[in-house]
Amino acid sequence: MKVVVLVNAVPDTAATPEIAPDGRSVLTEQLEFVLDPYDEYAVEEAVRLKESLGAEVIAVSIGGDVARKALRCAFAMGVESGVLVRLPGGMELTGRGRSFCLLPTLRELSPDLILAGKQTVDSDDAQVPERVAELLDFVHASAVSQLTIGEGARLLVNREIEGGHLVIDLPLPAVVTTEKGINIPRYPALPQVLKAKSKPLHEVAPPLDVDLTAGWQVESVTLQHTARKQQIFSGDIITGVQQLAELLRQDA
Amino acid sequence: MRWLVLLEPRGELTTGSLVALATTARSARLAGAELHALWTGGQAEDVMSRLRGLGIATLHAAPADHIPPLSHEAWLPLLTELVKNLEIELIVGPASALGKSWLAALAARLDAELAQDCIALGTTANGTPLVRKPLYAGKLLADLRLERQPALVTLRPASFQIERSGDALPAIAYHTMKNPNNLRSSIKEVVKVSAGMAELADARIVVSGGRGMGGADHWAVLQELCQELGAALGASRAAVDAGWIHHAHQIGQTGKAVSPDLYIACGISGAVQHLAGMRSAHKVVAINKDPTAEIFQHCDYGIVGDLFEVVPMLIQELKAQRTQAA
Ligand SMILES: Cc1cc2nc3c(=O)[nH]c(=O)nc-3n(C[C@H](O)[C@H](O)[C@H](O)COP(=O)(O)OP(=O)(O)OC[C@H]3O[C@@H](n4cnc5c(N)ncnc54)[C@H](O)[C@@H]3O)c2cc1C
Ligand SMILES: Nc1ncnc2c1ncn2[C@@H]1O[C@H](COP(=O)(O)O)[C@@H](O)[C@H]1O
Repeated sequence: MKVVVLVNAVPDTAATPEIAPDGRSVLTEQLEFVLDPYDEYAVEEAVRLKESLGAEVIAVSIGGDVARKALRCAFAMGVESGVLVRLPGGMELTGRGRSFCLLPTLRELSPDLILAGKQTVDSDDAQVPERVAELLDFVHASAVSQLTIGEGARLLVNREIEGGHLVIDLPLPAVVTTEKGINIPRYPALPQVLKAKSKPLHEVAPPLDVDLTAGWQVESVTLQHTARKQQIFSGDIITGVQQLAELLRQDA
Repeated sequence: MRWLVLLEPRGELTTGSLVALATTARSARLAGAELHALWTGGQAEDVMSRLRGLGIATLHAAPADHIPPLSHEAWLPLLTELVKNLEIELIVGPASALGKSWLAALAARLDAELAQDCIALGTTANGTPLVRKPLYAGKLLADLRLERQPALVTLRPASFQIERSGDALPAIAYHTMKNPNNLRSSIKEVVKVSAGMAELADARIVVSGGRGMGGADHWAVLQELCQELGAALGASRAAVDAGWIHHAHQIGQTGKAVSPDLYIACGISGAVQHLAGMRSAHKVVAINKDPTAEIFQHCDYGIVGDLFEVVPMLIQELKAQRTQAA
């Protein structure tokens, strides 16, 4: 069984990126990048398939140097090799563009299962894996919190939805995106981190035969600032609660 | 110019779908777009009657009891065909788990862009859709002009105002579903976990507990507050990771994003990853015993105190208000 895991590097979530002087883009160079937290679940699940079924696991990422970092993180968790679809510096892609960039590599690797995060936490796009599935004509299940491989190499997954989950049975080849709860990602041990540096990382260029330009224009990027009243009651709790209840009644 | 809204058929029409529809309807009116909706569940006539006065031209439905309403694999061919035949320029869905994955798959089939999780939808003077999308866990907002058509958008409910004008009903167009038997994936079961409680995504009020709850056995007091307010129960990751509550309740960057009218955070410190999930709430109340807690910087009203004293008092006070009003 061959498993491809899609990984992406994102700015550390505690950091606030700076808005560029043009007011339309974001400066991220200064930030610390980490493996996307949802991708950690995908990598962990892939490595478990390697350990339990002897699956071959390859990580794939699109981007520049920070994407290499995502691949190295995946290596440190136990993935054996990786492919980087290297974008020219400064090139930014929408979800559509990224799915097209992944296609040639995925076609060539021809995996049985593609694992990916539920969404990238910088843009919450939640679309690259589903697009890839459709373009490859694979079945797909998103936001999966439990995955088992059963009879006849079919997958049985729990797919989270509001207020519950769906139990879905699907054949391979398939694309599955991971949700919190599917596993607890391992913390790479130091020897693994050191070994990660020497694992094979192959670079390829993005495809030239598709138009990757965005179908939208960014009008502006602004800081979200929700003005809050910050009316804080301290001291006598009874009075505080009465005032709060009254304010809530007025707001309602 | 025609726009289409995808309604999510989880049982009845969800609040998320209805709000996405109402938001889109408002912009469609201003832009002069003809609005269509698609319902993949049963009892389309009941749904139609709930859409009265929203300015929807046509509700598309397919009576297909033999086809699982929640299977994107089953419904995408019809949806794709509909968009192409009607020359739809903008497709909107609720930013729910299913809404997002259906639209992602549809976007691929249409080779179109998709802006997920938007909090506002409008148009430019010449009718090009404009959306506002949070980035970096809601710390930044991007305004996008969706130039290439068709364009796809999922909308997170940012306000629960549903304006109706007049009482016109949409027309119903019935479609027939082909090839129901060659589906590769099948939905074996639909499991409800938080039965009996308002769903987070649809809730107008959310009450959340954090590490300050102190254990798995102390949540009855929050549940009672939820009941009193008709609220859904949320939690911080610390509470979920401690095993005190199911992860389906987690609010935040790696949990759910909610935009209720009122969010009440109890024993939650206000970490940036938690704020990511509730930043767009209309009003925020914080109850925390530490006066220096970050959450107090991000709330409208706060009470410094032990939640196990404050919450029961608040329940009493709300009950008293209710009896007075009655
Ligand atoms: C990649 C990543 C993703 C994350 N995703 C999420 C996410 O989705 N959601 C999320 O919530 N967090 C997330 N976190 C974790 C986040 O950073 C915080 O650790 C977490 O939100 C803290 O939860 P808390 O506020 O309940 O706990 P704490 O920070 O420990 O705060 C507990 C608060 O309760 C107060 N308190 C204690 N006892 C009482 C009492 N009796 N009465 C009143 N107040 C009391 C304390 O004063 C304190 O302020 C993420 C972290 C990372 C790194
Ligand atoms: N640049 C990228 N390189 C590789 N995989 C990606 C990239 N962007 C997104 N993905 C994968 O797709 C998932 C969902 O991302 P998105 O659709 O961008 O929210 C991520 O968790 C990754 O697994």
